[in-house]
Amino acid sequence: MIAKQVSVFLENKSGRLNEVTQILGDAGINISAFSIADTSDFGVLRMIVPDPEKAVEVLRDHDFSVQTTRVILLNSPNQPGSLAATLKILSAENVFLEYLYAFSMNENTAVIVIRPTDIDKCMEVINRNREALESGGSHFQI
Amino acid sequence: MIYWEKELEVLSRKELEKIQVERLRKTLSQAAHSPYYGELFRKLHITPEKIDRVEQIRELPFTTKQDLRDHYPYGFLTLPKRDIIRLHSSSGTTGNPTVIFHNRHDISSWANLMARSLFCAGVRDTDVFQNIVGYGLFTGGLGFQYGIERLGALSIPAGAGNSQRQIKLMRDYGTTVIHAIPSYLGRLYEVFQAEGLDPQRDTELRLLVIGAEPHTEEQRRRIEEMFGVKAFNSFGLSEMNGPGVAFECEYQSGLHIWEDAYMVEIVDPQTLHPVADGEYGELVMTTLDREGMPLVRYRTRDITRILPGDCPCGRTHRRIDRITGRSDDMFIIKGCNVYPMQIEGVLLKIPEVGADYLITLDTLNGSDEMIVEVEVKRDWFNGDVARLDKLTRQITNQIRDEVLTKPIVRLVEPGSIPKSEGKAVRVRDLRAALKAGNYSA
Repeated sequence: MIAKQVSVFLENKSGRLNEVTQILGDAGINISAFSIADTSDFGVLRMIVPDPEKAVEVLRDHDFSVQTTRVILLNSPNQPGSLAATLKILSAENVFLEYLYAFSMNENTAVIVIRPTDIDKCMEVINRNREALESGGSHFQI
Repeated sequence: MIYWEKELEVLSRKELEKIQVERLRKTLSQAAHSPYYGELFRKLHITPEKIDRVEQIRELPFTTKQDLRDHYPYGFLTLPKRDIIRLHSSSGTTGNPTVIFHNRHDISSWANLMARSLFCAGVRDTDVFQNIVGYGLFTGGLGFQYGIERLGALSIPAGAGNSQRQIKLMRDYGTTVIHAIPSYLGRLYEVFQAEGLDPQRDTELRLLVIGAEPHTEEQRRRIEEMFGVKAFNSFGLSEMNGPGVAFECEYQSGLHIWEDAYMVEIVDPQTLHPVADGEYGELVMTTLDREGMPLVRYRTRDITRILPGDCPCGRTHRRIDRITGRSDDMFIIKGCNVYPMQIEGVLLKIPEVGADYLITLDTLNGSDEMIVEVEVKRDWFNGDVARLDKLTRQITNQIRDEVLTKPIVRLVEPGSIPKSEGKAVRVRDLRAALKAGNYSA
């Protein structure tokens, strides 16, 4: 599925990440997954949350620079080789990725968060290769 | 013999003042040939012939950098262009550059002052002198070059940068004296170490000349320890030719300012009244031996003081202290004069960032750096890191093109820079620095 990822611009300053998590916690927003892309001077926090609109709103209220970005969430078997199988298909079809990160839902399922340069093309490739993806493991779910 | 021109360097104050009065009269007569001073002197009824005491300089009008800019390029020129043989100019992309014109006499006089300065610090014609600063419009290159040649030492016009080549030149030709900006010498020493060399063991260096950049006494001592030789302070500014205005002698206690070539005043920057010897104020200078473009009571904006008392070296030209600051907001980093306005001008042209900024001058890993923090506009941020990186590079390059030294640019969150109230402080100087010498172009 295509989801809205919440991106927050953060200075490399102690306490900033803490503030973001506190604000979301106070608003009752759970963070399903996150990753931080950092350079020496600033970082961009990327999060998957159940209610991205609300997350954006509360963070903007606290003067953070926040944007949503469309990403693909791909459920995949939580087992060796499944990420490799996915990437193999994407690279064979010349889908370029800006970044990706993943989290485990439970013992059986992991979720891969994918930000391709061309999201529509990536979705098309995934849909077209649904069978190949699913043959690799038990229950790929897009 | 420790003097380059004994007859001028040890004159009694009375004799020195007599020369000053004569030269001031001559300077004013010459200045009156320029469009700017010609009109000003007529308006203020200034008649050079009436000058017979040095104190009368206080009756003359001040000249500011703004005056130079307003009458750019030829408003201060006293001679037809065919008589002029060189110009030195600042980058000045924010406003008009500051340009100074020299005729043959001026270049010769400057070379002599520079030779006198170097001789004063102990340089002799037997030395091999490697000048490690930029040539071109920057006065530290050619200014030193002509002085070294006039003095008769073997000059190596190495220019700035490329430390490995600098070390090779030093070792191949047995360099005994180098001139460089102090922050560069720290770097050069590191390269020596990286090559497994020790300047004290592997070179014939016997003396250093440093200037064009603020530095503390502690920094000077550290440089002296690294290289195992004495480092002498040099002071100058392009409006007063460049280097060769004031120089340390063997006693390293203050810089002798050449009073046969410059009339020196220290004034309160607010009231513009003279302050007593020993008190800090703004250095105001009048050229006494320049024909192409004489300047009268030029406000240097540098804060210093006259050191009271005689120098054991016997020179009667008074000594100024290290420059301790500025009466405007200019600062010097890596030998480049920078006004915050220049940085602001660059940022205003970049729509992705806000107008608020903060410049921090700091010493990082032994090297002076200019850190520019700018706020990313909230609406422009889209979560893309590459885009932020690209913006950082763009700002870095544009600032470097403007001020000629590379800044460290940091993007910060909107609203995180303290908002300015009126004339807020835009510059934090964390280099525990006292300034000395700023003859940058």
